[in-house]
Amino acid sequence: MIVSGVTEAPPQGRAGQRPLVSIRRLSKKFSNGTLALRDVDLDLFPGEFVSLLGPSGCGKSTLLRIISDLSQPSAGTIEWPGAERADAYGKEEHSLGFVFQEPTLMPWAQTLDNVTLPLRLKRMATSEANARAEAMLALVGLRGFEKAYPRELSGGMKMRVSIARALVTEPKVLLMDEPFAALDEITRHKLNDDLLAVWERNRFTAVFVTHSVFESVYLSQRIVVMAARPGRVMSELQVDAPFPRDNLFRTSAEYAHLCRLGSEALKAAIEA
Amino acid sequence: MSEPNPASARGTDQDAAPVFAAEERVLGIPKSRWPGIIAPLVMGAIFLGLWEGIVRYRGIPAYILPGPVEILKTLGTDWPTLSIALWVTLRITFAALIAAVSVGVSLAILFTQSKWLERSLLPYAVILQVTPVVAIAPLIIIWVGDVNLSLLICAWLVAFFPILSNTILGLNSADHNLVALFQLYGASRWQTMRYLRLPASLPYFLGGLKISGGLALIGAVVAEFVAGTGGSASGLAYRILESGYQLKIPRMFAALLMISISGIAIFLATSYLSHRLLHRWHESAVRRES
Repeated sequence: MIVSGVTEAPPQGRAGQRPLVSIRRLSKKFSNGTLALRDVDLDLFPGEFVSLLGPSGCGKSTLLRIISDLSQPSAGTIEWPGAERADAYGKEEHSLGFVFQEPTLMPWAQTLDNVTLPLRLKRMATSEANARAEAMLALVGLRGFEKAYPRELSGGMKMRVSIARALVTEPKVLLMDEPFAALDEITRHKLNDDLLAVWERNRFTAVFVTHSVFESVYLSQRIVVMAARPGRVMSELQVDAPFPRDNLFRTSAEYAHLCRLGSEALKAAIEA
Repeated sequence: MSEPNPASARGTDQDAAPVFAAEERVLGIPKSRWPGIIAPLVMGAIFLGLWEGIVRYRGIPAYILPGPVEILKTLGTDWPTLSIALWVTLRITFAALIAAVSVGVSLAILFTQSKWLERSLLPYAVILQVTPVVAIAPLIIIWVGDVNLSLLICAWLVAFFPILSNTILGLNSADHNLVALFQLYGASRWQTMRYLRLPASLPYFLGGLKISGGLALIGAVVAEFVAGTGGSASGLAYRILESGYQLKIPRMFAALLMISISGIAIFLATSYLSHRLLHRWHESAVRRES
């Protein structure tokens, strides 16, 4: 059943499927002269789980910021072929969720108010926003914590709140910037499982930045391996193992084999 | 997805209750906090006792150094005059503090909205702050005419800068990732101010308020010293001046005592407000078990 493998070619569009986000020859140069990204080509397809894997300084986070419109590319294009919505100012509005490396919660607000924030910013009625946030908190396993303040929660729970907040608007794309890097391994495994469960249920497009080969193989259908200085896409690894994935997959020979391929690709990227 | 047990991470105090018995309370205050209250009281009593003893033993006349008993007696007999003076001083203090908060916070919000406004106006706020109020008080009194209003302006000048500079710092110290998040969801300037910058600035603002509360009182007293206005509507500072001229030193001490107690009360009130507003979430106000 292993059809996974490393391809050296730039990502090809899937037959008959229109990408949700299409990035072409994208470069980003910071004002201090650092070339953070060079000629990146990447397509994101509806409902897929993609990991961006690479050493520090390879521009993974910068790429996420550009996708989320928090940062502008210096050259190249990023298009949303599927998106037609535009806001009142004629600016294209993309349905996005973002999970940062830290939980990034408002310490003065209770869990529920942290999760309803994106809805309140869109001026949704409080009762509806609360109902949606409560449902989303239940989905990430935090029923009963609505009134807790962030400092009363553990690191893993704060991350769950952060994920609930990112998903409460039911975005088409969920961007995650090394969200579990600061957590212990047991918590990280648990959150990996729970993230996959939510993804299988809601089927958003997930873009997961990590520098852990093991995490990227476990989670994703496709791993984009990036190299640093300048940040660029080196290769791609298909992970065709079926979902749901669980501990059985984590201990399988196939997983070990894919991790070795991933490690080799990452090593090649670091040495390149 | 499975749910963690809600009892495992929330309300740690409640969880701990069955394991560790609640601390015994005396007069509603936990037993362990009593030494911290009693020690300074004992120290004060020793000091006052020594003072009274030396005054009596050496037979020091009251016009040079009155003993604590004499001062308290004077406070009682002169209460009608002194209480009116206290009210006048406190009224100016609070009016100045309210003005300092409204002008300080409004200017801070304006400055964070426009860098150019901040660059053009902040230097003048600094100049106002560094110019000694004693030096400009006579000018203000001449220009304004109305004594109460000029006292208010002097006290305000002293009190408003800590609030302004602390609030500016607070408004600018919101987590940059949260700022990015607000940007991502297309939040308006007003929404970012209302939901992010204002709450983030609260601890800084309260720190400024604590300093300004004391400064407003000092400003009111100093300005009155300079103005030196007499009559029935004069404040504590004038009573001190007047007692000095008349060698009524016990009354001078009584007025001084009232100013100190007012300052302590203002400090305690702002500290309590700060604790009330921050104790659920801010690190400075969270009590930790070691």
